[in-house]
Amino acid sequence: MGTRHRVQLTVNGERRSGDTAGRTSLADFLRDTLGLTGTHLGCEHGVCGACTVLLDGSPVRSCILLAAQADGHDVRTIEGVSPPGGPLSPVQEAFCETHAMQCGFCTSGMVLASEALLATTPHPDDAEIDEALGGNICRCTGYVQIREAVRVAAARTADDERVVVRD
Amino acid sequence: MTERAALRWVSRPGAVREDRRFVTGHGRYVADITPPGTLHVGLVTSPHAHARITGIDAEAALALDGVVAVLTGEELAKETDPLRQYLDLPDVHWRPLAVDVARYAGEWVAAVVATSRAVAEDGAELVSVDYDPLPVVLDPEAALRPGAPTVHTGHGTNVLAHREFSWGDVAGDVARADGTTQVRVRWNRNSTVPIETFGVVADWDEHRQLLDVWASIQMPQFPDQLASALRIPGNQVRVHFDVDVGGSYGVKRGIKHGVLAGYLARQLHAPVKLIEDRAENMHGGDFHGPDRIFDIALSYTADGVFTSIRIDVVDDEGAYPGRSPLQLAKPIGAIVGPYRVPSAVYHATAVTTNKTGQVAVRGFGQAPTNYAIESAVDAVARELGMDRFEIRRRNFVAPDEFPYRIPSGTEYDSGDYPAVLDKAVTLADLPALERRRDELRGAGKLAGIGVATCLEPGGGNAIFENIMNPANDKTTFPEACRLRVDGSGAVVAVVSISSAGQSHDTMVATLLGEELGRDPATVTVLRADSLSGMPSQSPVGSRMTIVLGEAIRAAATDLKDRLLRVGAHNLGVPVADVDYVDGDVVVRADSERRLRWGEIVAIAHRKQHLMPDGVEPGLEVVHVAHTPRSGGLTAPDGTVQLYPCFSFETHLVLASIDPDTGVVDLDRYYLAHDCGTVVNPEVVRGMVYGGTAHGIGVALYEQFAYDDAGQPLTQSFMDYLLPSTHEIPDIADDEHCTPSPFTTFGQKGAGEAGYMGAPAAVASAVNDALAASGVAPVMSLPMKPSDVWAAINRTTEGNS
Repeated sequence: MGTRHRVQLTVNGERRSGDTAGRTSLADFLRDTLGLTGTHLGCEHGVCGACTVLLDGSPVRSCILLAAQADGHDVRTIEGVSPPGGPLSPVQEAFCETHAMQCGFCTSGMVLASEALLATTPHPDDAEIDEALGGNICRCTGYVQIREAVRVAAARTADDERVVVRD
Repeated sequence: MTERAALRWVSRPGAVREDRRFVTGHGRYVADITPPGTLHVGLVTSPHAHARITGIDAEAALALDGVVAVLTGEELAKETDPLRQYLDLPDVHWRPLAVDVARYAGEWVAAVVATSRAVAEDGAELVSVDYDPLPVVLDPEAALRPGAPTVHTGHGTNVLAHREFSWGDVAGDVARADGTTQVRVRWNRNSTVPIETFGVVADWDEHRQLLDVWASIQMPQFPDQLASALRIPGNQVRVHFDVDVGGSYGVKRGIKHGVLAGYLARQLHAPVKLIEDRAENMHGGDFHGPDRIFDIALSYTADGVFTSIRIDVVDDEGAYPGRSPLQLAKPIGAIVGPYRVPSAVYHATAVTTNKTGQVAVRGFGQAPTNYAIESAVDAVARELGMDRFEIRRRNFVAPDEFPYRIPSGTEYDSGDYPAVLDKAVTLADLPALERRRDELRGAGKLAGIGVATCLEPGGGNAIFENIMNPANDKTTFPEACRLRVDGSGAVVAVVSISSAGQSHDTMVATLLGEELGRDPATVTVLRADSLSGMPSQSPVGSRMTIVLGEAIRAAATDLKDRLLRVGAHNLGVPVADVDYVDGDVVVRADSERRLRWGEIVAIAHRKQHLMPDGVEPGLEVVHVAHTPRSGGLTAPDGTVQLYPCFSFETHLVLASIDPDTGVVDLDRYYLAHDCGTVVNPEVVRGMVYGGTAHGIGVALYEQFAYDDAGQPLTQSFMDYLLPSTHEIPDIADDEHCTPSPFTTFGQKGAGEAGYMGAPAAVASAVNDALAASGVAPVMSLPMKPSDVWAAINRTTEGNS
């Protein structure tokens, strides 16, 4: 079982803490201790990307990151992308608009990877989209509508920015 | 069939109602369900591909803090029955945990139950099992040879089934041919490999005598088989269908998982949760797909007109056959593809080997068969020096020949194959595609264009059970819908299926809205459980829009009939004189005289004094529908009507090959697709793209490989290569619509779209590229870089 650790971190803007075994992954901590089951486990060896969360804004695979390693960091999960019951983020809206999913299992990771891309690269070209999402496997969609969603979200963000500039 | 022009919601762009919960992380998958006090299962698996189990020592595991129980196969077998198989194989027993003999590496041998998954895994490592290794048999053809080690000793042979069919004047048609081209193709072992593994939670309520089961399931008769194996009545198993399934594409049939968890829950009086990890899923889940060797002989005249086809197939079922051998029978319903071939021979052999079991995979055997047929068509074109498009056009069933009966007795419902091929050619701008191919060649690549024209049988029935085993006389495979209009006039539709990404809520609401003339957005769609719900076979065989569509039509008709009777009674006119118009009942001769939806609902729920005699109060109807065109058994001459509807797709793909590495890059991908009337355009194009990507994986990357000792070489997603954005190009799709005459709105199946033709098309493209350089075709999938490189270099060496 090994050591136990007291972990304190910020999850979706809230301070959260819990006791965890040293071997517990961040994914298991989020799901089992904090009840945030929107983070999904597909391979548990860091390939499929279903468990992607944002650690200090960057996408990481929570299945191969220990909860203890996230101590003191800022974590955003799919539950924190938009306020509960509130409007969806432009990325989430675009995913719905283009039906960029089927079973939904990879969607949490896809949305977060797309959010991270657009946060750093508001106007990605196709190669940048493929690179940013290349570590997230979707078995349902063939990626066509997912790429469309990112383009739609990027275009919409760009439109918003233009409005701001005019004001 | 309703005219498409009159449709208000079907075929129109409309939001997919499931999507909002997924983008916010609020899907509810089985791993998210953890009742209080849940115990977790870890599995002890066989390290040997074939071995006698001589002892199991669980003492150390049981001593571990948190371990509650260890269960062996012998203990489980005493109190449960073997899992259902569909062939008569009295000496082949498929069980959740191996008894006496383990027959593949990864087979479950014992289960450890603990207070957490981590401790259960710790416990599994502490279980000590003694094995006495036995000889292994891995190659399906070697398994057929005399003297081969037998997987199931009592069965005496590795042949599980062998069926021979001959339809039409084969001898005459072969004799009048000017040539016969023979090809051998290999469809290696792969599977759909959903991103969610299989999982199940079972909870036994001793006081209610009820086993509650939540599972990531896509399987006909799962509740019945679970109850039967557990030796409890069917009315004590309640499978919950309001569980989101994280992808399946056919394979999520965890009956052994369900029986194991159900048994443990009953024994331990606690909820038991079994979620496969990826290794358990890949090695021991019994979820692999078809693994086939085809020998095809296609006979033709000098003009390139096909006269007869012969297909011999050997399928490696792995160690336990379950339902998988039936996948040899389904393709009989499209055994000549979209082509006019007057006679056919089909010999199908199911073989057992020391690998994890095979299960139903997207298309139920059709995609491998399509690949085999298309490979033969391309080979004939090469033989005759004929254009691959022209040879297809010359042999297509013509649009005016439908319904068209193929030699095996199945009628194709409708289609316009030349029009769909034309659409693909136009979409791709074929001359431009050829210029692009030539540019690539000019840049030092090998490049080729692939074409495939393939069918997707839809509206799955179960008659393949009867074909493979005449003792199975199942001739219906129904679906059902319950409609409820509550006292306020709100509509609820209830179905008894779980969904794995097919957007069934959207489909049901759309179809029902169209039937009732009510906005689909106002319809609530709910999932019943297996006890409170209606007969259902689950969404397999591209069947839900077709069969559930029929149930929705019939239920809506019953409901409207009741509304009409209430309306007519209160309007004081005969029922024959009123019409149903968007919820209101209207006197045909005077449209001002009407009873509105809300008024009728109020009467039906609360005003017996205004009800006509013989009409039940409330507005609740259930309809259970047969599959269209089902009902008959296989005829004595082996002819049979398989599925009722036939979707069609044409793929056009440009492949570029790096001659130095053999790596294939798909430069352009175009597709034209016809599934009749589309219910939701976003959903259908998603199916088409997704199935195509899956097929690209099969063609180029995916294989469950084994070494000579039967050890799986595909250990993780670093070895089993699921295609990513880097591998899948943007796919362009153009939809065509040839409505089916046998469905409510002309819809056909789309759940297997794309996957039906992509493997064949990609293979065609790679081989076109190789042929242009004088390289012999690669006739095996996946076409790994090493395979392509070896083919190129064999030729280079041969020429040097």
